[in-house]
Amino acid sequence: MSGGLYSMDAKDFDKTLDLTKVKPYGDTMNDGKVQLSFTLPVPCGPEAVEAAKQLLKELGFNNPLVVFYQELTPGYTFFNCYGSTIHTVDYTSIYVPKVESTVMEMKETDEYIRQNIGRKLVVVGASTGTDAHTVGIDAIMNMKGYAGHYGIERYDMFEAYNLGSQVPNEEFIAKGLELHADALLVSQTVTQKDVHIKNMTELIELLEAEGLRDKMIVVCGGPRISHELAKELGFDAGFGAGTYADDVASFVAQEFVKRMNTKK
Amino acid sequence: MNKSKLGLDQRKVDRARQLARKIAEDVQSFADGYTTVAVERTICRLLGIDGVDANEVPLPNVVVDSLKAAGVLGQGVMFYVGNAMVATGKTPQQIAEAVADGSLDLTKVPVSDRKKREEALKPVMDGSLERIRQRRSRREAYLNTLGEGPKPYLYIIVATGNIYEDVVQAEAGARQGADVIAVIRTTGQSLLDYVPYGATTEGFGGTFATQENFRIMRAALDKVGEEVGRYIRLCNYCSGLCMPEIAIMGAFEGLDVMLNDALYGILFRDINMQRTLVDQYFSRVINGFAGVIINTGEDNYLTTADAVEAAHTVLASDIINEQLALLAGLPEEQMGLGHAFEMDPMLTNGFLYELAQAQMTREIFPKATLKYMPPTKFMTGNIFRGHIQDALFNIIGIWTHQGIQLLGMPTEAIHTPFMSDRYLSIENARYIFNNLKDIGEEVEFKEGGIIRQRAALVLDNAVALLEDLVKEGLFNALEKGKFGDVKRPKNGGKGLDGVAVKGENYSNPFIDLMKGRR
Repeated sequence: MSGGLYSMDAKDFDKTLDLTKVKPYGDTMNDGKVQLSFTLPVPCGPEAVEAAKQLLKELGFNNPLVVFYQELTPGYTFFNCYGSTIHTVDYTSIYVPKVESTVMEMKETDEYIRQNIGRKLVVVGASTGTDAHTVGIDAIMNMKGYAGHYGIERYDMFEAYNLGSQVPNEEFIAKGLELHADALLVSQTVTQKDVHIKNMTELIELLEAEGLRDKMIVVCGGPRISHELAKELGFDAGFGAGTYADDVASFVAQEFVKRMNTKK
Repeated sequence: MNKSKLGLDQRKVDRARQLARKIAEDVQSFADGYTTVAVERTICRLLGIDGVDANEVPLPNVVVDSLKAAGVLGQGVMFYVGNAMVATGKTPQQIAEAVADGSLDLTKVPVSDRKKREEALKPVMDGSLERIRQRRSRREAYLNTLGEGPKPYLYIIVATGNIYEDVVQAEAGARQGADVIAVIRTTGQSLLDYVPYGATTEGFGGTFATQENFRIMRAALDKVGEEVGRYIRLCNYCSGLCMPEIAIMGAFEGLDVMLNDALYGILFRDINMQRTLVDQYFSRVINGFAGVIINTGEDNYLTTADAVEAAHTVLASDIINEQLALLAGLPEEQMGLGHAFEMDPMLTNGFLYELAQAQMTREIFPKATLKYMPPTKFMTGNIFRGHIQDALFNIIGIWTHQGIQLLGMPTEAIHTPFMSDRYLSIENARYIFNNLKDIGEEVEFKEGGIIRQRAALVLDNAVALLEDLVKEGLFNALEKGKFGDVKRPKNGGKGLDGVAVKGENYSNPFIDLMKGRR
């Protein structure tokens, strides 16, 4: 812990940004600085600190520094550490699938639907499976919305049905059919032990078994959901943290129009 | 009430209570006419029926389901088991086993004289009540010898899914300073119409509430309590479809705190309102008798409704919950009425509003062991800002003398807490509670200032809402979505088929034996 306030490390590495070899940035280009905290199931003491340092080296960190450690309970020690990673990534070769629609505001989306579809779109949403959290589906659907983004219930050109939480997939699909849903929205908040993956996979399998998969737009959302994961599981789109009703509504409207046009 | 630091108008508080009383009495007069499968299973447990049949179905379910299938649930377990005891000389447990193996049909047993039934039942009933009393004395003995942490109690959750792993986490938490350990239930347990049996090691996002798991954790907390020289309270959940049943298991095993709120179940678990309000009454009678602090779930309204706009719904519901609890004989000190720190952190002066509401809640319920919930809705995964949000929440906790401080975790919305998350949160709270210990006695609030005005506004709105609810009745209000922006139909939701009108032979003597007693 005597690292000192100012780093006296020699900075004799190449300080030019190379996007094919990107490293973390602390306060100097390519310094590779990373902060970590973790607990090791070992008693507190010099051996524990050494164990933490060795682990950091194994993880690919030079100059491992244990800046704080504390025994949480006998046999468990918590660490705050810093290190300079030796690893790099090639930023130029990265490809991330994204939802391919333009995000529009509520009024724009309503207008878009009026002009291109000419009727209200029916969306049915739920937090499905054993998930008891309504916070995600409510944020997207409730009139009030979330963080200043109105929910789909407020849109003129959507007929929105929020079924709430703990809706079994079978019931969800049945309700979707009954209401002639154009789109199904699935929210998953609980992700312990990947329970959401199992549940979302089941929904797609059920839809496919019933021959319904292509009849509806099926999207999912939640804090741990990415578009990539959603596509992998057979959904049309996935909406993760930082997305709102605008994103979902725009996608559903544009995807619907896209499908209308390909059917022609 | 001591002199109000907020200049609250006591007449308005009294008015709110009168209104809530009417609402509660309405609900109670409804509840008095019904029993439920959960209430009857609870009576089974009070008669000593426990264990499972060959198909792992709990014996209380076997007995009660047999009555329900015969269409005689409304006559109650006391009547049929009492008759069977007189006719066969067997214990209730032996009777339940006979029902399970098909050798006994309770509805075919000859009806005995009421007096004889009561005589046969009395020893088992006395045994159960004594068992609960002993549990209660054991807690009181610990509090007298070991003592307890100062309020606000530090409340942390464990949620590994495996009761034995939960023990490791709970012991660590207690050593770090936690006063209350809550074992979060596995996702979906609130919707099971039975209580699983035995020790469990698999769960999603939590651990099954079972009587054996209660016993295991209680024993571990007693041990670590002796080690750290402080009684450690154990919290679980008697909400959902098994409210009274889990209450009785907790009473038998020495739990100290129980989440217990029908309104929460209705709104957030879509449990039928008739079912759960009947269940709640018996569960609160039990909790009162067992010395258990109940926690209500008003804080959750603010996870769906806006925390600024809907603050008065929390207060109105707290007052109704207080009156419902009083009708069940639960002392004020055992009321962990819920409220929360859930405003958008970007709101200008949001801290002042939160402070006003927490102080207001404290002043309106001076004796209650208030349960204060940390920010969850605006926890974003930015663990660094989250830790600061939790710090602001802790400042209000110590300032306004909350009873139970549910510690916020910087990793809220990411994962169930790591051992280190709990450490950081406890450290955060202890630092602030010590550093600002007497701030509540030092600082007064400016007359006409933001804080006083906020409290007055919330109280006014709560009174207006209660006026409205008196006209509507609680059931209609829930149908119209007055709480948490969630609408629930009176005949919708889960568990309605487990409700029965009390028949002419019905009795539940435990209500009189336990209500308002110790």
